[in-house]
Amino acid sequence: MPNTTRIIRVLIGKPGLDGHDRGAKTVASVLRDHGMEVIYSGLHKTPSEIAEAAAQEDVDVVGLSILSGAHMSLFPRVRDELASRGKEDVLLVGGGIIPAEDMAELENDGFAKLFGPGTNTDDIAEWIKTEMKKRFEAEGEDA
Amino acid sequence: MTDTTGVQRVDSGEIWRKAMEGARTREAAFTTLSDVELQPLYTSKDAQFDEERDLGYPGQFPFTRGVHPSMYRGRLWTMRQFAGFGSAKQTNERFKFLLAHGQTGLSTAFDFPTLMGYDSDDEHSLGEVGQVGVAISSMDDMSVLFDGIPMGEVSTSMTINGPAPIMLGFYIAAAQKQGVDPKVLRGTIQNDILKEYQAQHAWLVAPEPALRMITDMMSYCAEHVPHWNTISISGYHIREAGSTAAQELAFTLANGMEYVRRGVAAGMDVDSFAPRLSFFFDSHLDFFEEICKFRAARRIWARKMRDEFGAKDPKSWMVRFHTQTAGVSLTAQQPENNIVRTAFEAMAAVLGGTQSLHTNSMDETLSLPTEKAVKIALRTQQIIAEETEVTHVADPLAGSYFVEAQTNRLEAEAEAYFKEIEERGGVVPSLQEGYFQKEIHLSAVKYQRQMERGEKKVVGVNCYVEDESGPSIDLHRIDKGVEKEQHDRLAALRERRDDASVESELKAIRAACRDGSNLLERFVAAAHAECTLGEIAQVLREEFGQFKEPNIL
Repeated sequence: MPNTTRIIRVLIGKPGLDGHDRGAKTVASVLRDHGMEVIYSGLHKTPSEIAEAAAQEDVDVVGLSILSGAHMSLFPRVRDELASRGKEDVLLVGGGIIPAEDMAELENDGFAKLFGPGTNTDDIAEWIKTEMKKRFEAEGEDA
Repeated sequence: MTDTTGVQRVDSGEIWRKAMEGARTREAAFTTLSDVELQPLYTSKDAQFDEERDLGYPGQFPFTRGVHPSMYRGRLWTMRQFAGFGSAKQTNERFKFLLAHGQTGLSTAFDFPTLMGYDSDDEHSLGEVGQVGVAISSMDDMSVLFDGIPMGEVSTSMTINGPAPIMLGFYIAAAQKQGVDPKVLRGTIQNDILKEYQAQHAWLVAPEPALRMITDMMSYCAEHVPHWNTISISGYHIREAGSTAAQELAFTLANGMEYVRRGVAAGMDVDSFAPRLSFFFDSHLDFFEEICKFRAARRIWARKMRDEFGAKDPKSWMVRFHTQTAGVSLTAQQPENNIVRTAFEAMAAVLGGTQSLHTNSMDETLSLPTEKAVKIALRTQQIIAEETEVTHVADPLAGSYFVEAQTNRLEAEAEAYFKEIEERGGVVPSLQEGYFQKEIHLSAVKYQRQMERGEKKVVGVNCYVEDESGPSIDLHRIDKGVEKEQHDRLAALRERRDDASVESELKAIRAACRDGSNLLERFVAAAHAECTLGEIAQVLREEFGQFKEPNIL
């Protein structure tokens, strides 16, 4: 029997120098309300610091937030740092002030989903739950 | 009741109350944007005020009605659009574009590396150079930024905080290079470090040494740059981070009072520096609540400065403030609607008596603004100034029962927060434990949930939604070559400058950190020796230690 009620572990990360954390903290609170275990990286983290935290905490999901325009540089670097720590399978999502074509590019390049301004936070939580349910079920079948 | 003429008198209030009981009302929350319940009607009973004591006249204590006797008849507000992106050269061109279109003051946005005290070629800066503002790593970059702009004539605002004292050193040195005496420089540097720890989060060192640098700056400027506004005490970022109107008002004024206490504790006469303190508020979508917030800010500050801090110079009592329309109120959906939102917010700022104003551009939820979007935003201010005829009368809403009741309410809420902060040991201990951060976060989450439940409406987001595929407007993209160009400029600078004088200036800064002598003096000298921002900031980090962000989640 696959364990689909496992608690989802999430790291919300703020890579780079951007101090805008309203969205990241709001999403962190909402995901916690949805029963997930949420770790918040704090501000001004390098890609390797975020990946290191993700590996140490053994999270299922990494959510990144950038509002500084540096997403096309920093997001892929976090992805690479995760891969170098064997966390390439983590469910990688992001949000912030990100133009649509950049979202499309990132979603073709290792990011499962990008959430833009105006996204309903419950929708983010539901989307993560649905994805993780699929993954936990698949893991259950493998085991 | 019958009066002497025999006419039947009616109690119209009683009739209205009965009518309201039977009246159908819409299914809606009749609350302010900050979630304060409103009455359907305000009368004289709800607005207790003494005209002499609580309102006064424009230009007179307690300045509820404005800081100038003539208000906008004397002079319109300064139209000051915040601008900065890419290299100093690119921003210099945008500055000239804005001046050519009738803007009356400059306002500089810096990129994140600059705001955090890193050079463009630092490894922390990778991918961020020139993204949200201009990259300034040296006095030479500052000179390029103001190339062809007479620094002695233009009034400049610089939005930077952690490294603000270093950046002012660059500005003063660049002006001297232009042949301008610092005594004539006019402008404002944000330099409000307290709200950085609370809301905006671009700090450089720990709070106590950061506050010492600010008092160094206040005393240096009082002597050498007398027309410079040394701190722009900012509620904007507190509000944008999610606070209510009352929290923005209270935390901003609490921070202001903390700076005053520090200045006095450093041995300065309150009237020697308080007139150079200015303020910066958000103007959000709740039209009346915002106007009342501006009025309450003036009244509270005047009372505190005169009655608690003993300031004698009326200039020390005045809240002169800049306003920016609320970035958080803009939506990525149907972005043209943002022009309308911004216009209402700008109107509230003008009716609230602002001294200068930035109007946001419609595309700022997607990227930095295009020239076209910036021009519409500037034209919005010009339409208010030239076409709406609202500028002729000072504080036109005074005496409105609703406006006076809300002004009173906001003042009372602010007072309750001042008490709470004091009980927590003051502003610095409160921010170290995360009190402000938590209050702001809780308000942000509360609003988000109300919006998602449909209790608070946002057109294009939770009502009147259209199916959209991608943005319908052109976006401003930052040229990827900027980072490389900055690396090359810094390499050339490090090559050409005199290493010995760089070393000796950095050493002098280190010594001043320890012996308590004025750091601003040292920063100006270091700027002339072409020390970079990152080099100076590194000395400060080593000497002063860094801020530990409290975990409030």
